Amino acid sequence: MSNTTQGIRGSPVAAENVVFKTTPESATDPSRRGVLTGALALAVAPGVFLIGGRAVAKPNDQPVSESVRWGLLVDASRCAEGCSDCVDACREEHGWGGAGGKPTDPQWIRKVSLKDRTRTVSLPVMCQHCESPPCVDVCPTGASFRRADGIVLVDRHICIGCRYCMMACPYNARSFVHEDIEGQKPHMPRGKGCVESCTLCAHRVDRDQQPACVERCAHEALVFGNLNDPESVIAQRLAGQTSTRIRPDLKTNPGVYYQGL
Amino acid sequence: MSMHTTITYREIDGRSPGYFALLLGIGAFLALGLGAAYYMEHHGHHVTGMSNQIVWGVPHVFAVFLIIAASGALNVASIASVFERTLYKPLTRMSGLVALASLAGGLMVLVLDLGRPDRLIVAMTTYNFRSIFAWNVFLYTGLFVIIAFYLWSMMAQRQGARFYKSAALTAFLWRLALTTGTGSIFGFLVAREAYNSAVMAPLFIAMSFVFGKAIFMLILISTCHLTDRPLGRIVLTRLQRLMGIVLVATFYFVLLQHLTNLYMAERQPVEMFLLFGGNVYSFLFWVVQITLGTVLPLVLLLSPRLGGNVSAIVLASVLMIVGGLAQVYVIIIGGQAFPLALFPGFEVSSLAFDGQVGVYTPTLPEVLLGMGGVAMMLGVVVVAMAALRFLPISLADADVDPDHVHDMIDQEDEAVEEADAQLVPTRT
Repeated sequence: MSNTTQGIRGSPVAAENVVFKTTPESATDPSRRGVLTGALALAVAPGVFLIGGRAVAKPNDQPVSESVRWGLLVDASRCAEGCSDCVDACREEHGWGGAGGKPTDPQWIRKVSLKDRTRTVSLPVMCQHCESPPCVDVCPTGASFRRADGIVLVDRHICIGCRYCMMACPYNARSFVHEDIEGQKPHMPRGKGCVESCTLCAHRVDRDQQPACVERCAHEALVFGNLNDPESVIAQRLAGQTSTRIRPDLKTNPGVYYQGL
Repeated sequence: MSMHTTITYREIDGRSPGYFALLLGIGAFLALGLGAAYYMEHHGHHVTGMSNQIVWGVPHVFAVFLIIAASGALNVASIASVFERTLYKPLTRMSGLVALASLAGGLMVLVLDLGRPDRLIVAMTTYNFRSIFAWNVFLYTGLFVIIAFYLWSMMAQRQGARFYKSAALTAFLWRLALTTGTGSIFGFLVAREAYNSAVMAPLFIAMSFVFGKAIFMLILISTCHLTDRPLGRIVLTRLQRLMGIVLVATFYFVLLQHLTNLYMAERQPVEMFLLFGGNVYSFLFWVVQITLGTVLPLVLLLSPRLGGNVSAIVLASVLMIVGGLAQVYVIIIGGQAFPLALFPGFEVSSLAFDGQVGVYTPTLPEVLLGMGGVAMMLGVVVVAMAALRFLPISLADADVDPDHVHDMIDQEDEAVEEADAQLVPTRT
C-alpha cells in the first residue's frame, strides 16, 4: 500500500483502511461520526475550509455536523439528452467499471430519459441521500448508514452482501459488486460481494470540493450545496423555483431535488 | 380417554447398505451445493442469473422455503404438546427433528448466497435493530436452540419431562414470530408494490404449515416404508385432513394478498404483470401454484374416497412442495422483476434498465446451492435418526389408538356420511 495518510490519532494509516472505517453503532452516534469524519477528513489536506469567508466544510479535527445537510439539485431543463458527462466523471472518480449495458454492472449514477405526451426529459438518478433512508433501516449489520450531514454511505468493512438494502431502495440506486474489480482508487475502497452507491463524493466534499459529477457538468444542470444554509446557491434556487423529488409520497425526504420536470 | 401405552422409539439401522447408499446420495448433493457456493463466491455473483435488478434469486427461494418449512414441520409437535392431542404424541420427536434439519438447510443456503459469507461472524455480532433482518438472525438461531431444548425435553424423559410443556409453548410462539419475521422481510419493503403489505406475515405463517407438513409427511411415510414400520390409517387420515385444512388457509391468504392489491389502482399494474402478464410468473402462479399446488392436492387430501390413501398423500405432498417453490419464486423474483415506479406518469428508459421488466434466468450453481440446502436437511434427518430414537417402531392403529377412540369417531363419521348420502334424493 503506497497511499498513506494520517490516521485518527496522527499515525500513518493506509488510506483504504481509513476512509469508511466506522464503529457499528447507529448512524448518528457521535463517536461513529467522529471516527468517520476524522477518517474522511484526514485523507485530505487541511486548511481549505474557508470559501468567501464562510465556513463550508469543517476542520479536520471536528466531526461532520448536523447543521449541514448536503444536497443536490438537478435542473432537468438544462440537462442535455445524450450527454453522460456526469456518469463518466463519477466512473472516473470512483473507478467503477463496466461500459454499461450489463445488468450486473455497477451503476452509481445513470441517465434516465422520461417521456410523456408532450416532451422528453433527460436527467441523472443516483443515491438520493434520504433523511429516512430505507436502505439504512433494513441493513442488518448497520453497514448502511447516514452521516450527520446527510450523506448515505456503505461501510464496506461490515457489509455482508445480503442485498436487502437493494430490495429496500425505492430508487434502484445501489449496485452489488458481482465480479472481481481492478483499478481501485485509494480514496474509494470497493470489493466483490459488497453493495455500493453514490457517496456524494464525501471525500471531495470534506475538502471543500464539489462532487465530481457537479464539477464536470458543462450545462450547469447540477448544483451542490448545503440545504440548511439559506444563503447557499442550492437553497436560493430551491426557494426561487418549484422543485420535486423522486417518490415524495414515500416521505424519505431525499437530499436530491429535481427542477424542470 | 385413556392412552397409557408407552411408545417405543427406535433408531433406524445405520449400518445397512441401503442406509449408506442413501447417505452417499445425499452427500453427493450436499457436496455439489457446497461446490456451487464456492464457485459463486470465487467468481462473484455474475455467474448466477442475479443482477442489480433481480438481487435475490433461486437460492433465496430455497432458503425462504426451507426456513418457513421448518416452522411448519414443528406444527405436528405443537399440536401434540401445546394442544394436547395425544394421537400426535408419537410424532413429536420426528417433527422437531425435521424442523431443526429444515432450518439448518435453509440457513446454509441463505448464508452461502451472501456476497461475503466469510463475514457471517459480523452478521452474528453487529446488529442494527431497526432491521427485521437483524431480528431474524435472532429468530433463526433462537429457534435452533429452542428446538434442540424441546427435543431434549422429549427424549431425556427423566430430567427433561418437567421442561417439556414450557419448551413446547416457547417453540410454538417462537416459530410464529419467526414466520412473521420472515414474511415481514418482504412486508416492510415500502417501495416494492408487490410486497409492501401486512398480509405477508400471516401468509407466510400459513405457507409454513403447508410446506412443513408436506416435507414432514414425505419423510415420515418414506421412513416407515424403508424401515418396515407400520403406519396406520388413523395417523394418516388425521394428517391428511390437517394438510387439507392448512392448504385452504393458505389459499385464503393468497386470495387476500392478490385481491387487495388488485383493488388498489396504483398496484394494479404489478398484479396484472404477475397474474396475467403471460410470463413465467403468471404461468407459475396459475399452473404450478394454483392448479398443481393447491387445487389438485385439495382433491387428493379432502376427497372422502382417498382418506388414508398413501399414494394420494405422497402425491399431494410432492405437489404442495412444487407448488410452494413456485409460490415463493413468484413472490421473491416476480416481485423484483416488475420495474420500480420512480417517475409515475412518465415512460422511463435508461442504460441501467429503468422501466424495464427485470430479466432473470437461474443458472446451475444457484439451483445446485438450493438443492444443497435440501440435501443438508435430509442429511441431518437421516444421520440423526440413525443416532437417536426419533421414530416409534409402530404407528399402527392399534398402537397409536389402543382404545379405538379414533376408530369409533371414524365409524361415526362414516355412518353420518352414509346417512347423508341416503337422504339426498336420487334423480333419475
